[in-house]
Amino acid sequence: MSVATTITVPTVTHTPANTEDLVEKISIRDLDFFYGDHRALKNISVPLYQGKVTAFIGPSGCGKSTLLRILNRMYDLYPNQRATGHVRLDNDDILSPSQDLNLLRAKVGMVFQKPTPFPMTIFENIAFGIRLYERLSKAELDDRVKHALERAALWEEVKDKLGANGLSLSGGQQQRLCIARTVAVRPEVILFDEPCSALDPISTAKIEELIDELKDDYTIAIVTHNMQQAARVSDFTAFMYLGDLVEFGETTRIFTSPNDRRTQDYITGRFG
Amino acid sequence: MMDAALQAKRRRRNAITMALAYVATGFGLTWLVVILAVLLWEGFSGLSLSVFTEMTPPPGSSGGLLNPIAGSLVMTVIAVLIGTPLGILAGTYMAEYGRYDKLTTVVRFINDILLSAPSIVVGLFIYEVMVAQMGHFSGWAGAVSLAVIVVPVVVRTTEDMLTLVPDTLREAGASIGLPRSLMIQKVAYRAARAGLVTGVLLAVARISGETAPLLFTALNNQFWSTNLNAPVASLPVVIFQFALSPYHDWQKLAWTGALIITMAVLALSIIARILTAQRRSS
Repeated sequence: MSVATTITVPTVTHTPANTEDLVEKISIRDLDFFYGDHRALKNISVPLYQGKVTAFIGPSGCGKSTLLRILNRMYDLYPNQRATGHVRLDNDDILSPSQDLNLLRAKVGMVFQKPTPFPMTIFENIAFGIRLYERLSKAELDDRVKHALERAALWEEVKDKLGANGLSLSGGQQQRLCIARTVAVRPEVILFDEPCSALDPISTAKIEELIDELKDDYTIAIVTHNMQQAARVSDFTAFMYLGDLVEFGETTRIFTSPNDRRTQDYITGRFG
Repeated sequence: MMDAALQAKRRRRNAITMALAYVATGFGLTWLVVILAVLLWEGFSGLSLSVFTEMTPPPGSSGGLLNPIAGSLVMTVIAVLIGTPLGILAGTYMAEYGRYDKLTTVVRFINDILLSAPSIVVGLFIYEVMVAQMGHFSGWAGAVSLAVIVVPVVVRTTEDMLTLVPDTLREAGASIGLPRSLMIQKVAYRAARAGLVTGVLLAVARISGETAPLLFTALNNQFWSTNLNAPVASLPVVIFQFALSPYHDWQKLAWTGALIITMAVLALSIIARILTAQRRSS
């Protein structure tokens, strides 16, 4: 533990090979984050590439969820939390005080650890978000709801009970309902904050499959405690430790030949 | 190692504590049962259709409680109509917009004082600001004084119930770009609906037996009156007046009025309980 705190410069390694055709959808540079006086993120720089899945791994409290919650300014809901540095979505400064948060969150959707359906019908859970941004006819709306549920691989299970309460579904179904709700708003980026940690293995497999399908259309970031999951679903992996970004690179490389000793220790299960 | 003597001592101590708890519970319940039994006995014997169709009588003649029942209903409804929006909005501020503000702590403290303030103080206050200014007792003054009692009850339950709505649900609302006002209306209120309704019902139960504030504001009226600018009869005040009178038929009507209020409050409490139970199970 003490070894890590003495090292202040993170060894960020960018992928050498085919980075030319990668587009940086979100770029994070020199990012610090504070809970009151506590510095939870230290000088983080990392890209999120368009159409790719980036996994954030690291032991509890390393700041990976904190990092995710900066990308849609979720931390703004709470007092005494602030971020400094540069975070850009395309060319838009996410951290700007004049940033329209509702617009930002429409572009950067989020799926949470605990399934959080709204207390309304399955149909309304999806339609509600769509109506916020678009005025559609009944037929068009029905179509969009169906499409969103199909994308979340939930349509077949719920098509006969769209009027049932969202809370009546199983945990795995609720989580897919939340993914459908996020997708329905047509975001550009989707953040997954430990989306499977409350789910059974079968539901987990379904969500992972889903993430793999979604990455063609969205830029995806996922925080996970499950290293096999990170290895399975992600193209790039960032390893974080005590608020530092220790290492970033292509998932295959991070899991086979990490540059940093701490990364190796973590993925081989020596700590965490 | 546990030795047998220690075990026996603990068992004895447990038996004594349990016995004391039972006795205390029994003592409390006994009085409740006696009060209810007397109320039912005296109240039911005077209950008849004429109670609901006739006005309060002069001593010695027959009559009913129609005008105080109507007066109580009207003033309660107006009090709830005034107090509920105020209470819900203030509670919403405290639980949603100003949850982390100092002001909320101050408001909560003052609200708690208001919640436990003797209702006679409320009556005197409205007497000063309304009755004395207008120059006469009135139904409006009665309704406003009841509203002053409704507000802190609704503020408290609204804040409590909204605080119970998990933050994850708020974050989920924010995550699809819901503005705060819509999140509160469509997500938080919906999730807390049963609790919010319960708060209003509890407030109604609370004011339906209030006598002191009405004595100073609505006073009483022996006749049918729909004029809220004039004194209006109410069940609690009529009970107070009739029960203290020396006339047997008035005392009888007071018992019947007490029974009616008790039954109404009981019904409200049961509805509130059912709603709360639904909230828990959903």
